[in-house]
Amino acid sequence: MFGAAAVAVLATLVLALVRAVLGPTVFDRVLAGNTVGTLAVLLLATIGFVVERPEFLDLAIVYGVLNVVGTIAVLKFFRYGDLGE
Amino acid sequence: MSALADAASWILLSAGGLFCIVGGVGLIRMPDFYTRMHAAGVIDTLGAGLILAGLVFQAGFSLAAVKLLVIGLLIFFTSPTATHALAQAALGRGLEPLAAKEEENAPSKC
Repeated sequence: MFGAAAVAVLATLVLALVRAVLGPTVFDRVLAGNTVGTLAVLLLATIGFVVERPEFLDLAIVYGVLNVVGTIAVLKFFRYGDLGE
Repeated sequence: MSALADAASWILLSAGGLFCIVGGVGLIRMPDFYTRMHAAGVIDTLGAGLILAGLVFQAGFSLAAVKLLVIGLLIFFTSPTATHALAQAALGRGLEPLAAKEEENAPSKC
């Protein structure tokens, strides 16, 4: 059951990585990076249940927050040319 | 009760995985950046939501279920924010949506 979900998430991860490599514009790559982040959160939660270690859920929360902050920072750089003074 | 919970989580997890793959395929096949964001949204909402719901059924009434709900809330609030910032940055940098180009050179048929 968890295996099926984990395999599906991994397959989506591969598709997102292919989009990251193919993506013509830089925003496609940032979108793929954001998707990879969300999938990493899901994978962490699923694997946390497979190996019976609930601490993985804390990692997933922290990773989710960091992923969004990173995406916003990269977007600010590509939109305004620099991260401000 | 646990058989019901197992069945429900089995269905939710496989549906979530299916929607993740649907979003992934959409991410590849969509012609334009803005349509790809729609496909990425499918992963963030349905894929993540169903998988987390399936895991909540597995966790039962415990701290793990609360943490899963916190992850769900986190994705619920931050994913639209990131997608909005992404679209804003792309439009700001002059990335024209596909539909805009077609309207300019091809008069609408209706």
